[in-house]
Amino acid sequence: MWQAAGPATGKEKDRVLSTANTQALPISVSHVTKTYGAVHALDDVSLEIESGEFLTLLGPSGSGKTTLLMVLAGFTRPDHGSLKFGDREVIRTPPHLRDVGMTFQSYALFPHMSVAGNVGYPLRLRNVPKAEIAERVAGALETVQLGGFGERRIDQLSGGQRQRVAVARAIVFEPRILLMDEPLSALDKKLRDQMQIELRSLHEKLGMTTVYVTHDQREALTMSDRIAVVNHGRIMQLATPRDLYEKPANRFVADFIGDSTFLPVTRRGQQIVFEDQPLNHAAPAPEAPSLLLMARPERIHLLTGTPQERMNTFEAVAQQVIYQGDSYLLNAQLHNGEIMSLRGAVRQGTVDGLPSEGDRIRLGLAPEDTVIIDGRES
Amino acid sequence: MQAADTPQRSYETPVPSGMNAAGLRRDARLERLKLFGLSSPALLLVLVILVIPVGWLFYVSFIGANGQFSLENYERMITRKSYARIFVTTFQVSLLTTGLCILIGYPLAYFLSQLPSRLASLCLITVLLPFWTSLLVRTYAWLVLLQKRGLVNDWGISLGLWEEPIKMVHNMTGTLIGMVHIMLPFLILPLYSTMKSINRDYMNAAANLGASPRRAFWNVFFPLSTPGLFAGSLMVFILCLGFFVTPAVLGGGRVIMVSMQIVSNIELFVNWGAASALGVVLLVLTMAILWIASRFLRLDQIAGGGH
Ligand SMILES: Nc1ncnc2c1ncn2[C@@H]1O[C@H](COP(=O)(O)OP(=O)(O)O)[C@@H](O)[C@H]1O
Ligand SMILES: [Mg+2]
Repeated sequence: MWQAAGPATGKEKDRVLSTANTQALPISVSHVTKTYGAVHALDDVSLEIESGEFLTLLGPSGSGKTTLLMVLAGFTRPDHGSLKFGDREVIRTPPHLRDVGMTFQSYALFPHMSVAGNVGYPLRLRNVPKAEIAERVAGALETVQLGGFGERRIDQLSGGQRQRVAVARAIVFEPRILLMDEPLSALDKKLRDQMQIELRSLHEKLGMTTVYVTHDQREALTMSDRIAVVNHGRIMQLATPRDLYEKPANRFVADFIGDSTFLPVTRRGQQIVFEDQPLNHAAPAPEAPSLLLMARPERIHLLTGTPQERMNTFEAVAQQVIYQGDSYLLNAQLHNGEIMSLRGAVRQGTVDGLPSEGDRIRLGLAPEDTVIIDGRES
Repeated sequence: MQAADTPQRSYETPVPSGMNAAGLRRDARLERLKLFGLSSPALLLVLVILVIPVGWLFYVSFIGANGQFSLENYERMITRKSYARIFVTTFQVSLLTTGLCILIGYPLAYFLSQLPSRLASLCLITVLLPFWTSLLVRTYAWLVLLQKRGLVNDWGISLGLWEEPIKMVHNMTGTLIGMVHIMLPFLILPLYSTMKSINRDYMNAAANLGASPRRAFWNVFFPLSTPGLFAGSLMVFILCLGFFVTPAVLGGGRVIMVSMQIVSNIELFVNWGAASALGVVLLVLTMAILWIASRFLRLDQIAGGGH
């Protein structure tokens, strides 16, 4: 039965955990829909995940991320749709025959088993010989830097350690697909940053197709090969972190990822204009009934001398400066009343030299940073 | 902040001094006093209705028939065969009832715990419904149902399930049927609440790791439900030890438990000393079981961890 589920199980004794898993599987989700009463938790979701890819589902709370992961793991039965791991249709396969690793938001470590008991459990289920279990458990714990913790009880572990045990348990049976539901959300920031790097390098090492869920955009940008932004059970955009940040498909994505100022703009002939001011923009504007100029605060310049050629300039009145340690945020009011925020790095003296409230200033935006997006929410 | 600067400040200092120390100390004392004041009515009640009567019970149990101090009430229990039989019966009935309650109650509690919560509370009410009717009424209802010309025998015979009326009351069978019915909620309630608190993620995790539903149940759900099972079983067992009404009515004098012997010692023989001694032994046995069980429970908590 386990052979059918995948050869990467106890049968092959010579496989070592640290070797890259060459048999990672692609995942193909098509037209998956799940409704709870009137709520569309998943609304006709289609998604192709490449073999060995690190894909992140990013979206606000209640957007359907967990539901999609639960469909992948087999705990939630969708209304209709298809799900393939490689060539195998698995939408009706019960969870215990899917052979995917998963970490739960609550970790779900069995409190009545030791650390080694938890990590060895999937191997015991696969009738792996005792000696080999011990070996592989030790290896997996080593991989998550918890060597020697095997005899500990779960309640003796800190949050970060529990997280690592959960990961060890999910990878010890060498699944070719790994699902993670907000694995780091319960950790404090320092540990979270560290674990992000660790999980990412673990993925590099093991190479399994990974679907990662988070609502933290920075985490998604840091870790992912590609990010699927989810809202209201639909995928808003599927792109690399860079494309997502630089070329958001719509206002929702632009708003959700990073900070930005949105200015309403209109198409006049060939030109895009803001308040009668034609804008220079590098990328073509999308065809949409309403358009917005998206300006990222860190890309806006505070102009003192003459601006570079083709740079878009905006007259404004300075408002307060917000000091944030490594950077400052300067809010400025444009003459149509819109607030534009400018972020700059704090260096010796910069904050003192900034304009004070009420000063007339000029803001500049290079054509490459003048991004025109679809103004609709989705 | 000020205190941190004073060099004397140290956790060993017996009486902290410094800003407001005396006042703060007084506040703490006052708070403790208030807490004690709040609980004093309850403490008084416990003293009056528990400590004094139990003390009296002990005292009476050491008074012989001639009104002098004597151990005859306890000696009688050891020397007379009938007493040994009574204790054996008591334990037998209690163990069997507990076992049957587990057999019936565990699956039922499991079923309830898996229902959506609205439906589950509805079903739970039906489990609790018997609590709202008197114990005596329920026991006599069983008498009516199970007796020789009772409903169960009538239906069984008219449906051709059996020929002759089966004897289902005034014996062990009737006692057990009645006791299990009365005791079941005491098992189900703690068990249900324990099961309800088992996070679904545990079972999902087990399935995800490759456990079939049956293995996930035995490897994960069952071990996590044992604290509730243990608490419920203990409750049932201890209640059974001192139970009177149901075995008295449904046992028909053939199933004699300690509680019934206590009653006959008083009503038939007017021997308060003998009755008290039985009561003391029952009390001590119950306490011993609780004590042993509490050690087990604590061990279990250490092994189970976290929850
Ligand atoms: N078991 C359920 N019953 C009813 N509604 C649910 C259930 N699970 C999820 N939902 C609803 O589906 C939507 C998506 O939920 P979820 O996938 O948990 O979101 P996320 O993980 O992105 O926060 C939410 O509106 C949620 O209320
Ligand atoms: Mg979620």
